[in-house]
Amino acid sequence: MDFQERVKACVGDDLVSMTEFRGDVSVTVPRTRIVQVLTRLKEAEGLKFDFLSDLFGVDNSALGKGKKKGKKEDEEAPAAPKPPRYEVVYLLLSIEYNHRLMVKVQVEEGQMEVPTVTSIWKAANWPEREVFDMFGIRFKGHPNMKRLLMWDGFPAHPLRKDYPLEGEGEERRLVYGDA
Amino acid sequence: MGFQAYVGQGWVLSKLEQLINWGRSRSPWPLPYGTACCGIEMMAALASGYDMARFGAERPSFSPRQADVLIEAGTITKKMVPVLRRIYDQMAEPKWVIAMGACACSGGVFRTYSTLQGIDQVIPVDVYVPGCPPRPEGLIYALLQLMEKIKQDHPLYPQLAELKKGV
Repeated sequence: MDFQERVKACVGDDLVSMTEFRGDVSVTVPRTRIVQVLTRLKEAEGLKFDFLSDLFGVDNSALGKGKKKGKKEDEEAPAAPKPPRYEVVYLLLSIEYNHRLMVKVQVEEGQMEVPTVTSIWKAANWPEREVFDMFGIRFKGHPNMKRLLMWDGFPAHPLRKDYPLEGEGEERRLVYGDA
Repeated sequence: MGFQAYVGQGWVLSKLEQLINWGRSRSPWPLPYGTACCGIEMMAALASGYDMARFGAERPSFSPRQADVLIEAGTITKKMVPVLRRIYDQMAEPKWVIAMGACACSGGVFRTYSTLQGIDQVIPVDVYVPGCPPRPEGLIYALLQLMEKIKQDHPLYPQLAELKKGV
């Protein structure tokens, strides 16, 4: 059984889609099932994804904008169905077998909550806080769901595509005599 | 203009202002505030190769209360602003600020939501050093420029105004 088949068998009914690009395999799973899927992938014989090498968010709302020049309209492939606005991506590594897997969950606007995976990997603590800070996606059950990079009270989520690069004039000032 | 005085047997005649400026300009103890790669160049300027102590910057003070010159070397994020402001407030008068490097002067390449576009938006700056990062010679030149500025200062004017009010 090759790698992709083992992954498919392990993810089972939770598999939404599976793609392979130049040797990198990625699977999409339902948002609510991420903890169960990752637990199985961590413990399955022949897979043993015991290391979370990264966890990050993606904002797809600018996807397809800014097309390359010199490409005619009719030469382009038919537009793929628009994915949900946000994704959370988990990059897994098996130290035992030295293979990698990308697991994605899709996050719709209005359902900005994903179960935390800090119960599986402690290392997910800060990346999940970063995703919350930058995209506003909350992680249910996280022990310390605070901003990681921007200061408390920062009003926006700056890696969203509708946020301007130079900000909206947020400033942080020193205030004396304040609690 | 150097220090001018008339000397006789048992007396020295000069301006108190000149004496104060002479002392202040020749002992600008720096507070190193390195937040990025400029900090490395600042360390080189302070270490034996360039030896900024030659100009009286004898002892890098890691307490703001015993420092005269804040050398702000590096990027200041907006999150860092209260820290920088508090450090500056804790320094005792008289105090001066050198903004070292493109980031401290203007935000540099980091024209983004998270970076302060120049520390002069938060604290007053006396000397700007351009460069990314500036070489140690640049920082030493800035210190010499600052010494020239200190020599033209009038440290007694406030006290004089107070005296006139009292009389």
